[in-house]
Amino acid sequence: MKLETLVAPAAARVRFKDPQIEMAHGAGGKASRRLIEGLIVPLLCGQSEEALGDAAHVQISGSRVAITTDSFVVKPLSFPGGSIGELAVNGTVNDLAVSGARPEALVVTFVLEAGLSTEILEAEVRAMSRAAQQANVLIAGGDTKVVEHGKADQMYVTTAGIGHPLPGVRIDPRSVRPGDKVLLSGPIGDHGITILLARGELDLAGDLRSDTRSVFPLVQALVEAVGTDVRWMRDPTRGGVASSLNELARDSRLGVVIHEDDVPVHDTVRGACELLGLDPLHIANEGKFLAIVAPEAAEAGLSAIRGVPGGEETCLIGEIREQPAGAVLALTRYGASRIMDMLVGDPLPRIC
Amino acid sequence: MRFVDEFREPELIYKAAAEIRRLTDLQRHYRLMEVCGGHTHAIYRFGLKDLLPENIELIHGPGCPVCVLPMGRIDDGLSMAEREDVIFTAFGDMMRVPGTHGSPLEHQARGMNVRIVYSPSDALKLAQANPEKHVLFFAIGFETTAPSTALTLLRAKALGIENFSVFCNHVTIIPAIRAILDSPDMRLDGFIGPDHVSTVIGCRPYEWIAKNERKPIVVSGFEPLDLLQSIVMLLRQLQKGEARVENQYKRVVPWEGNRAALKAMAEVFELRPYFEWRGLGFISQSALRIRDSYANWDSEQRFSVPGVRVTDPKAAQCGEVLKGVLKPAQCKLFGCECTPEHPIGALMVSSEGSCAAFYNYEHRKAVALGASV
Repeated sequence: MKLETLVAPAAARVRFKDPQIEMAHGAGGKASRRLIEGLIVPLLCGQSEEALGDAAHVQISGSRVAITTDSFVVKPLSFPGGSIGELAVNGTVNDLAVSGARPEALVVTFVLEAGLSTEILEAEVRAMSRAAQQANVLIAGGDTKVVEHGKADQMYVTTAGIGHPLPGVRIDPRSVRPGDKVLLSGPIGDHGITILLARGELDLAGDLRSDTRSVFPLVQALVEAVGTDVRWMRDPTRGGVASSLNELARDSRLGVVIHEDDVPVHDTVRGACELLGLDPLHIANEGKFLAIVAPEAAEAGLSAIRGVPGGEETCLIGEIREQPAGAVLALTRYGASRIMDMLVGDPLPRIC
Repeated sequence: MRFVDEFREPELIYKAAAEIRRLTDLQRHYRLMEVCGGHTHAIYRFGLKDLLPENIELIHGPGCPVCVLPMGRIDDGLSMAEREDVIFTAFGDMMRVPGTHGSPLEHQARGMNVRIVYSPSDALKLAQANPEKHVLFFAIGFETTAPSTALTLLRAKALGIENFSVFCNHVTIIPAIRAILDSPDMRLDGFIGPDHVSTVIGCRPYEWIAKNERKPIVVSGFEPLDLLQSIVMLLRQLQKGEARVENQYKRVVPWEGNRAALKAMAEVFELRPYFEWRGLGFISQSALRIRDSYANWDSEQRFSVPGVRVTDPKAAQCGEVLKGVLKPAQCKLFGCECTPEHPIGALMVSSEGSCAAFYNYEHRKAVALGASV
């Protein structure tokens, strides 16, 4: 079996020196990246300049296969617009989709806490089945483990999936060129803020739903319309749009410039972010994707995605430039600018 | 979004920026201090510096509650939470602030029962829900957050909730401004006055700044247009050689403040004779303690507090930055040893801290664009 890499080598190797694992290492921002690149990748993949894409594309007996895995630990288990079961299916499906592959099959592992009600488990398994049908993927197998009461938070779900690389697509940050356009498939922050509100710790209420869904139909429409002019895709989950674009900037060694005003955000999300001192660009999404396309393909790409249900609000939010190399620059509506960094740690609400 | 969008309207912003340029005397250098950390954050977040003439210098003030808290108080708070039966609660703002042996978040990772709350009343609810535990609320903030702590203490007493206490670190803004004006190496032309603090204390407490110190002060909202308008008002006063207290944030700040909030504070709190501020040292009558009639809900009276005093790392110049004497980038540790990911000083932790704001916005921008900082 030969591994074939499709993604650029990381610009710099960091060594992981943190003495213990903290919540920040799981938040999808800088600390997560440091842990993965500084400890896990060097030990598992040696010194190879391997990919950190959403899914790996490997060569098995002459044919290419996309493979990925993702774990889901969410509290509360269900929330407006979705639940852990749907996330577990859609999350892995989306990782495959944005790597340029058609999701085909999943396997699933449940880690269950003793004492979990069967009713809850059944509801989640049903939700997975529904989501798999909607996403048109097979759930081919799985595993179940039970841990003592108090050693896990109700249930954790891990899914792994394989997919078929779409012909004629090559997702590679090194193929990104200055002048390329940044497309975003709809309003951001719905999922992260929905979860925050669903925890009930804030006395805030909003008519907001998680955006969890398979983005494959949108990806497929884009790829069919513009083919190799799609250079890079990513679903901006934990860490939000800002973290995904920072990874692109770093891997491509180019600058990503976004027009802050062109980034769609629902009013409820904006309101919650204003109150809590959070930036919507750092908030998680579960049914959106970012795509970098060649400038001449931007219009065709936009209308292709907009033509698919759920893609109507797709918009062009920025472009790739030579400068600032390795960073994301947000242009404010007053012509001022600021650097949009990756998330540092978990987004913590600011009160005082 | 109402009350937000109209204060971010580009056309109005450009108009205000043009008015600022018109009022600016090119021969003169203006040093204006924004007292409040929320203002500092907004100035960077909206890139307002790009809209101001070069000879208007904004100096970041001491109004970031997390930043002015000395490390010893964090150690004290965490040491009380080492008891098995204690749940340590604080605002998200506090969670990454380093103590000698790590931040509350790091203590949480090691197994301490640490929870983020969004208000002191949430901490009280937690106490009601966990009668076998003691819930300690680590209270921080200026007069902005002190009323909600006071109301929670009133409620705890009224309901007779015994398993709840407050570790009070509330400070007051006026002595901090006085300390800055007393600092010999500080030359300021005027102040952008704090917003949320003023909703509680009103505008009257600033009058001595105008009368005795002959500095204009404009209480300002923290939307971009608010800040620019406040700068316009300051420049107009300076042009005429005036020094008055003005209220730009009339839609929220009443001149007399919020009497109900002040009354609750007076019932529960009294002034400490002195309190240590990070970087500013001991300032007399600058902080609040819980009155003896509420001793039962005062963590400092219920538990033994070690009273730790920790000097800041020698090379860190938080104090100078906090007073506005040094720019964040002029501190020796800035950007190398002290970064938002590995903060040494608290100014690098809070997004309202001037170092973190400067680092995240200005410093990275300059580095990214290849300019010198």
